[in-house]
Amino acid sequence: MSHRIVGKRQIGEDVFWAEVEASLIAAARKPGQFVILSIDSGYSERIPLTIAEANREKGTIELIWQRVGKTTTELADLKEGDAIGNIAGPLGTPTHITRYGTVVCVGGGIGNAPLLPIATALKHAGNRVISILGARDKTRLILEDRFAKVSDELIVCTDDGSYARKALVTEPLKEVCGRNPRPDHAFIIGPTLMMKFCCEVTRQFGVPTQVSLNTIMVDGTGMCGGCRVEVDGKPKFVCVDGPEFDGHKVNFDLMIKRLNAYKAQERQAHERYRQHRCKLGLND
Amino acid sequence: MTSDERTRVLKDLLAKRDAGGLKTKDRMAIPPQAMPEQDAQARRRNVNEVAQGYTEEQARMEALRCLQCKNAPCIEGCPIRIRIRDFVGAIAEGDYRKALQIIKENSLLPAVCGRVCPQEVQCQEKCTVGLSLKDVSKAVSIGRLERFVADLDHADSAIPEVAPPTGVKVAIIGSGPGGIVVAADARRAGHDVTVFEAFHKPGGVMVYGIPEFRLPKAIVQGEIETLKQMGVKIVTNFIVGRTRTIEQLMKEDGFDAVYIGVGAGLPSFMDIQGESLVGVYSANEYLTRANLMKAYDFGAGADTPIALSKRVAVVGGGNVAMDSARTAVRLGAEKVYLIYRRTEQEMPARVEEVHHAQQEGVDFHLLQSPKRIIGDDKGQVVAIECLRYELGEPDASGRRRPVAIPGSEFQIEVDAVIIAIGNLANPLIRQTTPGLEFNKWGNIVVDENCRTSMEGVYAGGDIVLGAATVILAMGQGRIAAAAINDYLARKSRSGTK
Repeated sequence: MSHRIVGKRQIGEDVFWAEVEASLIAAARKPGQFVILSIDSGYSERIPLTIAEANREKGTIELIWQRVGKTTTELADLKEGDAIGNIAGPLGTPTHITRYGTVVCVGGGIGNAPLLPIATALKHAGNRVISILGARDKTRLILEDRFAKVSDELIVCTDDGSYARKALVTEPLKEVCGRNPRPDHAFIIGPTLMMKFCCEVTRQFGVPTQVSLNTIMVDGTGMCGGCRVEVDGKPKFVCVDGPEFDGHKVNFDLMIKRLNAYKAQERQAHERYRQHRCKLGLND
Repeated sequence: MTSDERTRVLKDLLAKRDAGGLKTKDRMAIPPQAMPEQDAQARRRNVNEVAQGYTEEQARMEALRCLQCKNAPCIEGCPIRIRIRDFVGAIAEGDYRKALQIIKENSLLPAVCGRVCPQEVQCQEKCTVGLSLKDVSKAVSIGRLERFVADLDHADSAIPEVAPPTGVKVAIIGSGPGGIVVAADARRAGHDVTVFEAFHKPGGVMVYGIPEFRLPKAIVQGEIETLKQMGVKIVTNFIVGRTRTIEQLMKEDGFDAVYIGVGAGLPSFMDIQGESLVGVYSANEYLTRANLMKAYDFGAGADTPIALSKRVAVVGGGNVAMDSARTAVRLGAEKVYLIYRRTEQEMPARVEEVHHAQQEGVDFHLLQSPKRIIGDDKGQVVAIECLRYELGEPDASGRRRPVAIPGSEFQIEVDAVIIAIGNLANPLIRQTTPGLEFNKWGNIVVDENCRTSMEGVYAGGDIVLGAATVILAMGQGRIAAAAINDYLARKSRSGTK
């Protein structure tokens, strides 16, 4: 069963959006869950991607990814009407959605994609939602309009000040946490380093914090253990125990090291694919 | 023995037999036939199969060693009770098709079992020839004979017959050896069978786990094709519990019975310092990258990266540890250490796998066990620190308990560590199937017919037994399929379906 791409566009610098046929996943998926896909069944790498939204009636899911390595580049080269060979999911334990009161949702870069369904569900559950979105620059900021629809308050910032406020997300987060009354819960999704620093902020203010981790994975069902992280000093598997964890207990430093495990080989594979694309005359 | 000599000897033996003069003494005197193997040095650099299979003459010579015992003790040693004496007899007669038919009465996967069954602790352990010669390695090589007939190209070997449609639907969760057996048996009874597989390729552990050099993937592919030709539907990328729950399959999708054969699938780690360092793998991850995603072709098409390690330590003494060590050799490691805390006698791995690993240059570190794994400032593994052990009193398993020698720490320089010490029960089905009973280790509780606490739901293989073997999973599949077919027949008679 392959999955046809019914819509695809670039939504930021190196960031792509696609709507893909996957009716069973669309029906089953809950906020916080992800899929594992591979482009074909031969040599393709399996990569985890978050589900940004799902449309049950149409039987489609929305995927958002950043072009960083070989597989994400190959994915970005696919066109409307093309098919993705394998998509398995939804995987991971869904986000615990309840009425916390006031929640602050912090998204960084591509992390806005998995954060969107969580913010939406939190809003529907009756929470007051404050969203803080950050990106390196204007061209990398995604989903601002969709967050505007589900947020009671939306704060946008860029690292270089090319759009909205010039700040790292930790700054407005500090301000929001310093308010009286302080937020009841925080949800943080973004680059690992960003999540680490955001967790340090919420810890200072005693705001309980969920983070959603995106690690290297093979099967996504607990079998390989490649996704293991240290939480509260104990090994946990992101695919079955997560992807969400108490941000105050995650060993981010170790996680960052593990994420870099294959840098050299990724670069090699990517370089080979880049040369192959050049020969085919594929350009951005 | 050269090929010419063998031809001559075989001719003499057959002539003697035809004259009714082949006595037990003569049979016992036939030398055990060695398995032709790929040269140890050459195979260190390829993933082609190591054991190359008997020639026809070797197979007949080996089959003539069988004494055709009246009580056929070998059959007792077989978890699925193949009529071993009769199929070996058929090979001695030169009737290979008949031999295969006899095997197929009980086993659907002879080409697989002939390769990966631990015969030396099953059928061959009971063999009278081996017992008389006081050496199990001199028993009749039943597994090799099974493989021999399974590998012959029986172009006309029919697809198993399927009964008329019953209109009853059976879901099989997992396409490993157990699932394949249940699927085939349920389909033969005329049921509408669907196999759900979480990975993008069917075959379970036979595809992601057992390496190509021990079980060529084309063989597994062939078995899957047979299932499809029988009309079994195979759905990949489908994670029962997540994509659909068991309850949904039964209440909404119309499945009347479910077989859970999901395997163990949650790797154990040692709970020692440094296990999260870069370069530390579970054997599952290492083997999956190598087998399922063909990391051995990295640079020649494969995308999946794997540590291109030069010095690898594998921890464990089972078949999975041997597979990992031998895979590391083939991926280009210069030094591969196998660290095991007991001695070679206690190793759970098959003797043949142990020998192959030794021939391929795997360096066995016995009576040693890791204490911690050491990394550099980038979090990359640089060494493993071990303690030496000695054997103490026997423990509950009957094996002598290894006891650490205080102060015996030493380090081995490595850049990858593969942990191959077994699996725990995967929690996915447990998390998503309220009403299903599990034991304290997370394994599904079943009765002697593989029936679980939920009506219409059966389970077998590693998720029930803990870590086991392909043949045990198949044995349970057989039992479960019979129970499922019986349950469905009763259900339709009573008119509830």
